[in-house]
Amino acid sequence: MSKISEDDVFVVADNIFSPLGKTTAENFEHLKNSISGVKCHDDESLSPAPFYASLFDDSKQFLQSGDGYTKFEHLLIASIADGLKNADIDSTDKKTALIISSTKGNISLLETEENNPALQQRIAMSSSAKMVAEHFGFQTRPVIISNACISGVMAIITGMRLLKAGLYENAVIAGADVISKFIVSGFQSFQALSPAVCRPFDKNRDGLNLGEGAATVILSTQKKFEGSIKVKGGSVSNDANHISGPSRTGAELAHAVKQAMSDAGLVAGDIDFISAHGTATIYNDEMEANALALLGLQSVPLNSLKGYYGHTLGAAGLIESVVSIQSLKENLVIPTLGFAENGVTSAVNVCISPLQIDAVNFIKTASGFGGCNAAVVIGK
Amino acid sequence: MVSKNGVTLFENPGADITAFLLSVYQHFHFNYPKFYKMDNLSKLGWLTAEILLKDDFERFNYEPEEIGVVLTNSNSSLDNDLKYFDTISDIPSPSVFVYTLPNIVIGEICIRNNFKGEHAFFIQEKFDAAFIGQQVNYLLDNNILQACICGWADVLGQDYKATLFLVEKKKNGQALLFSPENMNGIFNTI
Repeated sequence: MSKISEDDVFVVADNIFSPLGKTTAENFEHLKNSISGVKCHDDESLSPAPFYASLFDDSKQFLQSGDGYTKFEHLLIASIADGLKNADIDSTDKKTALIISSTKGNISLLETEENNPALQQRIAMSSSAKMVAEHFGFQTRPVIISNACISGVMAIITGMRLLKAGLYENAVIAGADVISKFIVSGFQSFQALSPAVCRPFDKNRDGLNLGEGAATVILSTQKKFEGSIKVKGGSVSNDANHISGPSRTGAELAHAVKQAMSDAGLVAGDIDFISAHGTATIYNDEMEANALALLGLQSVPLNSLKGYYGHTLGAAGLIESVVSIQSLKENLVIPTLGFAENGVTSAVNVCISPLQIDAVNFIKTASGFGGCNAAVVIGK
Repeated sequence: MVSKNGVTLFENPGADITAFLLSVYQHFHFNYPKFYKMDNLSKLGWLTAEILLKDDFERFNYEPEEIGVVLTNSNSSLDNDLKYFDTISDIPSPSVFVYTLPNIVIGEICIRNNFKGEHAFFIQEKFDAAFIGQQVNYLLDNNILQACICGWADVLGQDYKATLFLVEKKKNGQALLFSPENMNGIFNTI
């Protein structure tokens, strides 16, 4: 890719396909009414003990269509289909890129199928990406991102850069993850799961909830979309500290946020709200609050949506960006479910009731295993 | 085999992957106890990065935030996912679970070298030099990074291969041009 052009990158359409609804509008309506997808699930195929998560109730619906798609691929296809329906974009155009983000893709097939080379090929994310691309007639080779919990934010940044470099005119960016025994047992082994609905940034927070879902963001540099919300800048950093624990200082996430603002040509005072990662683990929320304090962003209204969706892994950055884009459109920041009392050393301004503001710009952040951090700035 | 800049540095024919990775670690006299905790993908990527950077990288010319890592492979972390899956029916192992993400190898390289810049892990059916070139050139051309390690690291069972490239904006004497042709030429020699 060459140097960036001056082209604005517009958000043309989006979708959230989650246990809370099949469209962005359905999802936002539920959030406005403080409805959470997180419930107690007692399902031995997922966990020997009951656990709290946001899961699709009728998972069988995804597997009975007989078209050979897995639940993971169904989620991507359903989300992209709704996004494309609302966008004047041609998925079969050579100037339209497809970007897919996921942490574990089809890994749940290990639990139901016999392990052999054919299954391993079926699990490979390029197999899913190819099927999804063919479904919509994409002509370009899909870009697949698997970078732990920042995958969704990284996918938006990657799409923005592909467009700014002039390699494509449009980018369809979709992320999904399916919660399986593989994933639940792993987070349980880390003792990372909360025994109730999670409480981001709260004094009594005690771990995260998992969630499944998909989301899509469609970007374009075409002039006909002038006036739409824009992806203005983004950045990624690494803690270089620990593979499963976040930085003690938050300096590296702070670096990513600072670079994202600078990429967008903005300063801290231009940011109207922050969509935090806010997993509700002790260390993540503490690190995030430290990072925001380092940048003088601690008084900017902030939310975490994990109490509604759980941690949707490779979809999280996309789902939470789409909710925040809707917040820009409706001038309404969604409150943080589960938060009651500040529980981080550098207090942040956690939204606890619906906040009506004439917001112009927000930052979406994410952090994950491998010491990764990402931030994207989206605004009017 | 291990080769760098066209020169074969080490061979251990017949060794299985576990024995081979350990023999490389010992041959180069590396001393990094965390190595033993890593899964095979991280061992492979970490060893390749160590050998790539050894004697040939002036890291102190750069800030930690100016150095990045862009890696690709086709099998994600499936090699270790299968090992983790085998622990589930007994006692799920957190130390195996943490390696069920492909970008952990990037984390290991960053921890070892204090690299704090941009990074990304992409899944691709095959080695795609043009795509890697696009990604890395964007980061260098826009001064987001001054140096980047990029390439391919893939493991599944006894099949494994890693090819990493050190790319710097500043040209040094023996460096090749960072082009898809040169990357493919190097990738295809092994």
